[in-house]
Amino acid sequence: MGFATRAPAAIGLLLTALLLGAGCLMPKWLTFLITMAASHGLVSLGIVLLMRGGVVSFGQGLVFAAGGYAAALAFAQLGITDALGLTLIGGAVATLLAAPFAPLLARYRGIFFAMLTLALSMVAYGALVKVSALGGSDGFNMGRATLFGQKLPDAQVGYVLYSVTVVMSALLAIAARRCFDSTRGLVTLAVRENELRVEYLGGSVREAMAINFMLAAFVGGAGGALTVMSLGHIDPNFSYWTTSGEFVFVAILAGWQSVLAVFVASLVLEMVRSFSSLYFPNTWQLALGLFLLFVIRFLPRGIGSLWFRDKP
Amino acid sequence: MILSASGIEKRFGAVVAASGIAVEIAAGARVSLIGSNGAGKTTFVNMITGYLKPDAGRIVFDGRDITALAPREITRLGVARSFQIPQLCTGLTVLDNMLVADACRRNRLSFREAAHRPTALQRADALLARFGLKQHRVRKVAELPGGVRKLLDIAMALTGEPRLLLLDEPTSGVSAEEKFPMMEIIMAALGAAKTTVLFVEHDMDIVERYAERVLAFYAGRIIADGSPAAALASDDVRRYVTGTLRQ
Amino acid sequence: MEQAVTIFIDGLTYASWLFIVALGLTLVFGVLKILNIAHGSFYAIGAYAAASFVGWGAAMKLAPGWSIVAMLLAAAAVAALLAPLTERGLLRFFYGRDEVLLVLVTYALFLIFEDLTKLVWGANPYYVSEPYALFGNVEVGRQVYVGYDFMLVGMALLVGGLVWWGLNRTRSGKIVLAVIHSEEVAASMGVKVSRVYALAFSVGIFLAALGGAFTAPMISVQPGVSVGVIIVSFAVVIIGGLGSIEGAAIGALIVGLARSLAVHVAPVAELFSIYIVMAVVLMFRPEGLFQRIQARKI
Repeated sequence: MGFATRAPAAIGLLLTALLLGAGCLMPKWLTFLITMAASHGLVSLGIVLLMRGGVVSFGQGLVFAAGGYAAALAFAQLGITDALGLTLIGGAVATLLAAPFAPLLARYRGIFFAMLTLALSMVAYGALVKVSALGGSDGFNMGRATLFGQKLPDAQVGYVLYSVTVVMSALLAIAARRCFDSTRGLVTLAVRENELRVEYLGGSVREAMAINFMLAAFVGGAGGALTVMSLGHIDPNFSYWTTSGEFVFVAILAGWQSVLAVFVASLVLEMVRSFSSLYFPNTWQLALGLFLLFVIRFLPRGIGSLWFRDKP
Repeated sequence: MILSASGIEKRFGAVVAASGIAVEIAAGARVSLIGSNGAGKTTFVNMITGYLKPDAGRIVFDGRDITALAPREITRLGVARSFQIPQLCTGLTVLDNMLVADACRRNRLSFREAAHRPTALQRADALLARFGLKQHRVRKVAELPGGVRKLLDIAMALTGEPRLLLLDEPTSGVSAEEKFPMMEIIMAALGAAKTTVLFVEHDMDIVERYAERVLAFYAGRIIADGSPAAALASDDVRRYVTGTLRQ
Repeated sequence: MEQAVTIFIDGLTYASWLFIVALGLTLVFGVLKILNIAHGSFYAIGAYAAASFVGWGAAMKLAPGWSIVAMLLAAAAVAALLAPLTERGLLRFFYGRDEVLLVLVTYALFLIFEDLTKLVWGANPYYVSEPYALFGNVEVGRQVYVGYDFMLVGMALLVGGLVWWGLNRTRSGKIVLAVIHSEEVAASMGVKVSRVYALAFSVGIFLAALGGAFTAPMISVQPGVSVGVIIVSFAVVIIGGLGSIEGAAIGALIVGLARSLAVHVAPVAELFSIYIVMAVVLMFRPEGLFQRIQARKI
């Protein structure tokens, strides 16, 4: 059993405490990197949840963008500035958006599931690009969030948003682990293996898949909100298929067993992205592509399989 | 009568899979369905379990009309089936397969209940023990031999104490010397429970030994209905099923 | 009325090169069961190669007419070089695995090609506009259209016809059809499936590169060109039905006309009109308009 499954809450809180402590000592570019890794990792976490049910979503950009735009708009139009509140709003709006599609998507598998999720995210992209009130293809900037009513001064905003992101990610990660280990989580794995049997045992495959889709939307939306707050900017590219592709890359790299692996993989991506664009601007996609091929060929269960021994 | 079917008709194009099937099964009965391939036995089982809908007729289980219900709903009412080719989650362990069955059959799916909680483990292990599968507990199904998979398939069907159990060729694919021991295990696992059992079977020795009643199928019709001795001695059965009637 | 004609001709032009590209995509899916994300990369490489070849032709002071030959050669070179490398050198190690997994492999390939193209041709845009003037102008009513566009339509018809004829009227084509329908049965009848794969993949890549080469004079050839093409091609083959030639044609027409309509009448809808159609088709008739394969749907 992966060590984190024995006491996910304890491990998660310990890691969070470590990260929060280390964050005080880190240079700003590193805290920003980790913030992005965590907020993006949440979207990939949703993809992993769906992968456990046997489907790969190529359109999580949709919920990522939904959460991001929701948070940015809530900030600009509704005056809601609290970072935690915005995160929850991002998650909630994305879930609401996903809800009508969930029962529909629950009936698709394989290529068609991938293509339908892709199409939906591109519809959103196409729509967002043309809505000038939202800044069109340039998007718009978002102001600085607050926390518990406190404004965040320049020197501290990076660390505070880092902390909010790390804490929220940790909470959602612990919840995800609980979810994976629950009866619903096990049935999700069973659906991936043999849907017929699950139906004949009295389980509803469609219900399982629809619920998973909405949960993935929630974490994806929360990730979108957290990203926007730290980035200070949102644009339709959040919903573009290449963005979705990167989230899928991380999910594949991580594998479907370990929650921690998702965030490690996300961190790897962010690091490769940062260092490559600094030193080798024309080769970072090449590196990603080769990396992905390597993982698919030699580590088909992702890096999580390296430390996740199967359950006793 | 726990199960009654009346006026069941089913055609697949020109093939008559069921014609005028009418039967009543008493609770607790051990009934064997026999017949050559294509005679309509599996179609009958499929219609009871909701995989197929009859073209005409009614199926009533424990007072409820289940003719138009989906497999999942029928299962929830207390009907369970095992499969000729075991339908298992091959990437999961034996234990996990049992836990899946436990969670689904009890309709207790939640995000808060751990799949491996002690109560569920106890139930799963108890059933695995009755089937002699406990030593395979943590092995992946993909590693298991055919006979073990069949037993697991049936054990999963028995999870949640169904009132009607349909076994589709429980001993098929199992070597001759394993057939009887397998049926012994299954019958022992059923124990004193009042489960009604319908099993499709080709091996007449098994039928004679374990069935109280035999329904013989041919071309979609029931051509014999009675005790194993009576049914197997009937001319029709000897002509169309066992092939022992000399012309 | 005039606007209707413009919309129609614009749509038809767009549909023409899109059909050529999508035909390659659907052929590769039909035979190898791979939905190739890198298909757009081959389009881009075809465009870049055409830019290079046409440039060399101009440097060698060849008559402008030769640029057409140059573009054809460019497409052929791309296919000849990259198809065996990709199919034999990479894809075949993943045959038989899950179809979505293969999509991910092609996604990795797309990422790799994005950077390889930048390494070979640099990040600056290329303009290959000379061939665009080769066919003069055509007057329809009071509007003037570029003759090149009509050439494209003709080319699309020719290509479609050739592929159809090749599949349905030649022996090799019928073998390919057999593999499309059931690879197992074809193999058990003595068909060398690996050869069919290689052939189909080469033709598919050639078509992508051809589309890229002949579109090069109409666009600025720069990094990122592949990205939009892939996604639109996906829309076409989903709408038309994976693995169907007629589907690629009709799908391309629908997408071309929808986009043209949007651009001229409702610019707001330009981008998402295509994807709305794709989503609607997936929701109500996922096999596409010309069913070749069963949609995996419960």
